[in-house]
Amino acid sequence: MRRILIIGATSAIAEATARRFAARGDALCLVGRDAARLKTIADDLGVRGAVRTATATLDVNDYAAHAGAIDTAERELGGLDTVLIAHGTLSDQAECETSVDALRREFDTNALSVMALLTPLANRFAAQGHGTIAVISSVAGDRGRMSNYAYGAAKAAVSAFLSGLRQRLQKSGVAVVTIKPGFVDTPMTKNFPKGALWAQPDDVAKGIVEAIDKGKSVVYLPWFWSLIMFVIRCVPEFVFKRVKL
Amino acid sequence: MSPGTSWGRYPQAQNQRVIALRDRHAPLPAFEGTALPYGNGRSYGDSCLNDGGTLLATRGLDRYIGFDPATGVLRCEAGVLLSDILDFAVAQGWFLPVTPGTKFVTVGGAIANDVHGKNHHVAGCFSEYVDGFELLRSDGTRRWCSPSENADWFAATAGGLGLTGVVTWAQIRLKRIRGAWMNIETHRFANLREFLALSAASERDYEYTVAWIDCVARGDALGRGHFIRANHAPAGDGPARPKRRLSVPFTPPFSLINGASLRAFNAAYYHRQRTPVAHALTHYEPYFYPLDAIGHWNRIYGPKGFLQYQCVVPPEGAEHALTDLIEQIADSGTGSFLAVLKMFGPGRSAGILSFPRPGATLALDFPNRGAATFELLERLDDVVAAAGGAVYPAKDARMRGERFRQYYPAWESLRPYLDPAFSSGFWRRVTE
Repeated sequence: MRRILIIGATSAIAEATARRFAARGDALCLVGRDAARLKTIADDLGVRGAVRTATATLDVNDYAAHAGAIDTAERELGGLDTVLIAHGTLSDQAECETSVDALRREFDTNALSVMALLTPLANRFAAQGHGTIAVISSVAGDRGRMSNYAYGAAKAAVSAFLSGLRQRLQKSGVAVVTIKPGFVDTPMTKNFPKGALWAQPDDVAKGIVEAIDKGKSVVYLPWFWSLIMFVIRCVPEFVFKRVKL
Repeated sequence: MSPGTSWGRYPQAQNQRVIALRDRHAPLPAFEGTALPYGNGRSYGDSCLNDGGTLLATRGLDRYIGFDPATGVLRCEAGVLLSDILDFAVAQGWFLPVTPGTKFVTVGGAIANDVHGKNHHVAGCFSEYVDGFELLRSDGTRRWCSPSENADWFAATAGGLGLTGVVTWAQIRLKRIRGAWMNIETHRFANLREFLALSAASERDYEYTVAWIDCVARGDALGRGHFIRANHAPAGDGPARPKRRLSVPFTPPFSLINGASLRAFNAAYYHRQRTPVAHALTHYEPYFYPLDAIGHWNRIYGPKGFLQYQCVVPPEGAEHALTDLIEQIADSGTGSFLAVLKMFGPGRSAGILSFPRPGATLALDFPNRGAATFELLERLDDVVAAAGGAVYPAKDARMRGERFRQYYPAWESLRPYLDPAFSSGFWRRVTE
C-alpha cells in the first residue's frame, strides 16, 4: 500500500492512473478545483479497491493555499509516499499571441504553479528521505513549435525544473519522474481530429504507474514518442524554421 | 469498437455525430437532429445506430458510486461494463445475477435491451435485478425509476432500446457465489425431441442451461447437438482462468464462413465429445463468454458483415416450429458455427418491449450474402410469426415493421414515454 497525493485529480489521465493505484489497494488523496467531481471520483476509487480516499479542493493558482492542501493530504493519509502532479490547461496559441494576460495565465497554470507546488513537496520528501515525485510534462516541451509554443514553453520550463530537481534529490533517495505524454484522447483535446498516433488515457496511465514503480527519470508515453521527439529535436534550426509544425 | 458501428457491421450508419458523455451530473449536450444513447456497440443491427443523427456515447460514464460487500448492492454509472463489475466483484464472492453471452456490454445497454442469459428459466431478465435507475431526458428532467417509483417509466425503459432517455446510473443487486468455478455437464443429444426432454429434466436442478445445435444436419439428425447444464461450483479451487486472448487482427476481404467450413465445423464439433455425457470443472469465463476470448470475432464475416437472428417460439408447438426453422436453415447451406438453443422460463419481465417470453429461443449468425440471406430470414420470420413468436430487436437489422408490430403488440404503449428528441435507425425502420 502506498500513500499517493494526486494534484489535478479530475484530469482524464490522472483519473485513469488513480484507478490503477486503487485496484492494487493504495491510499489516495485527490486534489482539484471541483469538490463534487472529486467526490464522484473518490467514490469510484473506493469501490475499485483504494484502502482509503480523501479529497481536498485547491486552485493551483492560489499559491497561498498550496501548503494547506499538502498538509491535508499528509494528515489524511498519514504521510506521503508518492505525489503525481497532473493539472494543466491546453493553451489557445492564437490568444496567447495577442494577449499577454492569456500568456501569463497559461504560464502560471502550466509552469509556475507546478514549480511552486514542487518546492515544499521537494523539501518534505527530501526530509523524509524516500518517495517518488512524478509530474506530467509534455512532448510539447521538447521543442517550441508554431502551433503551441506558449504551452510548449511552459512544459519546457517544467521539464528543465524537474531535471534539476532530480539531480538535487538523488542523494536523498527521492525519485523524480518526468512524464511526457504525446497525443492523448481526453476532454482537453476533444476538438482535435484523432489519428493513429493518439493514445487512450489508460494506455498512458499504465506507463505512468510503471515509471513510478521503477523510479524512471524521463518517460515518453506511449514509448514511440521518444523516437518522434528525438527526430524533431535533431532537425537543425535553419530547416526547422521553414517547417510548419 | 469504433463508436458508431454495431457488432454485426451491417448496416453502416451514415452522417452520425458522436458526442461523449463523461459526467452523470451534467446536462445533456446540445445536439442536432435526434439522439440515441450508445454504449459499447454490442447490439448487432441498427438498434444502436442513428443515421443522420447523434449518438450520445456513454462509455465515459464508467464510475462506480458504491458497493456494499455485505449485500451485493452495486450503484454505478451506466457506461460501466459488465466485465468491469466481474473484475472486482468475483473476488469478493459476487456475480452478475443475469449475464448475456458477452461481458462487454454496458449496464445501460443491459437495461435498454433487458438482456437475458443461460439462467433465464430460473432468474428471468436483467431488469429484475435492477433496483432503479436515473433517467435523464432531453428536456433536462431527471427521474428515479424503479419497480415501485415511476414504475411505468421503469417498464418503458427496461428493454426500451434507449428511446426513453439516457440512463445515467443504476442500482443493481449482484448474486452470491462461492468461487469463480462452474460445474458443467455436457450431454450429446441426437435430435430436437431429446433436446426438449433434456431441457425439461434439467430446469429444476440446473441454474444454467443452453444447447449448441448443428444447424447443418438434416433428417433424423435434425436438431442434434450438445446440451450444457451447469451450476456454480461450491467453494474450492479450480483450473486457472485461461490467459491467452486471441484477436482477429483485420477484416478479411471475404467471409471465412462458407458452406464447406460450416459443414466441417459442425460435424467435428458434434463428434468432438465421444461419450454421451461429460463432466468438467471450469472457470466462469470460458463457460459464460467463450467468444469474448477472441477479440473482434465479428471480423471473420468479412467486410459485408453478418446478421444475427434470434427468435423465440411458444412452448406449445415449439418442436414443430423449430423443425421448420432448422430445415430452412439447413436447406440454405448458410448459418453459423454456433447455433444456440435454449428454453426460456415462464416469467415475463416488466419491460414493455422485453424480448424473452415462455418458449424456445434460437440464435445464430448468417454471413451477409445480400438478397439470399434476407430472403432466408424473411422465411424464418414467416415461421416465427405463424407460431406466435418474436424476434429480438437487439440482434435485428432487417425485420419488417409489420412483423415487429405483430411480435410486440404493446409497442404503441411505449409512445408516451419516448423522448421526443430520441430515435434510432431500428425504431424508424419498424415504426414508420
